[in-house]
Amino acid sequence: MAAPDAHHHHDAPRFSETQLRVKALESLLIEKGLVDAAALDVLIDTYEHKVGPRNGARVVARAWVDPAYKARLLENPSAAIAEFGYTGRQGEDMVVLENTPQVHNMVVCTLCSCYPWPVLGLPPVWYKSAPYRSRVVIEPRAVLREFGVELPPTTEVRVWDSTAEVRYLVLPMRPAGTRDLDEEALAGLVTRDAMIGTGLACTPGEASA
Amino acid sequence: MNGIHDLGGMHGFGPIAPEPDEPVFHAEWERRCFALTLAAGFLGRWNIDMSRFAREGMDPGHYLTSSYYEHWLYGLEVLLHEQGLLSAAELESGVPRASADGELRALPADRVEATLLAGGSARLTDAVVAKFQVGERVLVRNLHPHGHTRMPRYLRWRYGIVDRDHGVFVFPDTHAAGRGNKPQHLYSVRFEGGELWGPQGGGRDAVYADLWDDYLEAA
Repeated sequence: MAAPDAHHHHDAPRFSETQLRVKALESLLIEKGLVDAAALDVLIDTYEHKVGPRNGARVVARAWVDPAYKARLLENPSAAIAEFGYTGRQGEDMVVLENTPQVHNMVVCTLCSCYPWPVLGLPPVWYKSAPYRSRVVIEPRAVLREFGVELPPTTEVRVWDSTAEVRYLVLPMRPAGTRDLDEEALAGLVTRDAMIGTGLACTPGEASA
Repeated sequence: MNGIHDLGGMHGFGPIAPEPDEPVFHAEWERRCFALTLAAGFLGRWNIDMSRFAREGMDPGHYLTSSYYEHWLYGLEVLLHEQGLLSAAELESGVPRASADGELRALPADRVEATLLAGGSARLTDAVVAKFQVGERVLVRNLHPHGHTRMPRYLRWRYGIVDRDHGVFVFPDTHAAGRGNKPQHLYSVRFEGGELWGPQGGGRDAVYADLWDDYLEAA
């Protein structure tokens, strides 16, 4: 359970109302046999330590080095991603969007927080927050600038609003100066934001900085 | 419903604030809330559209001033109460008053991984004819249902072009209300920035959204 907030004065409440509600709910559901306490630990461990954007980075790096894999990934994304064992919840029906010098894709869920869990893990707070959800569809280039990305006016920006159960993964462009890198080193250049479309893949210099 | 969750195109929320090296969870209660929501979902008493609709029922002011997992906590309490799994007195006191429905079994820890990896696709095998073809111009219907819908307000009464046909999927509006899957085609529809936002739309930019047959009409 959460420790008392050290910044609070000693007579402040030890737990917030929200913390108390969650604790009450957990004990009720366990006592009534509606959830298994050990299952909760497995769920937390899975998404805190096992499933995350390193999965997606491996997929992207494979697509960069293996043209046949890239073709499969764009043609039948769910099956190609499943070759790595990344399947299931919140990634059942995948679409992969390839970024090129002509087209830059980026992904949002304006209505809630839809995100491809098997390849990216759980979404960051900003992705689920009102500023990103409200703004990216109406001013994508201003949003990109806040992430430090300035695209040439000749590049078309496509914003994909995940309104259904289809989940989107952006395939970023392979950075220049990476011809000698192997697949594992390339995966180290693929950031989470590059696979959402709010960033670009790192150059080798940026990755080691 | 025309709820506060439907944020696309609104102004006034300020800058985006990415957090460097952001942790997956920011507090222990967030971990527990996340896991409880998934574990209770494994009981099979509600579907994802019902979950979303439960969160959308939050008071709008509270929705905007509370954190993401507070939305989940609110939704989970509503669903457990609506389904009769926890009474108001139990939620209030934290003390169990009645034994649970004997038919319900918690998913054991050793089946969690396989359940997550299997997932549950919303794709259906029903043989339903597509109402629209790729390349066809469509108009998003001007509907304002009180129930759950995945038709964002900023797209209503706007013209787009069908970019791809995803196939036949569960229809969320009926699914959220417990009125069945209503199998129908789901499309990715392209909307030009200028069509959605007028002169502010940016000449080269576009929005794509996933929309079902029932949201669209021929244009």
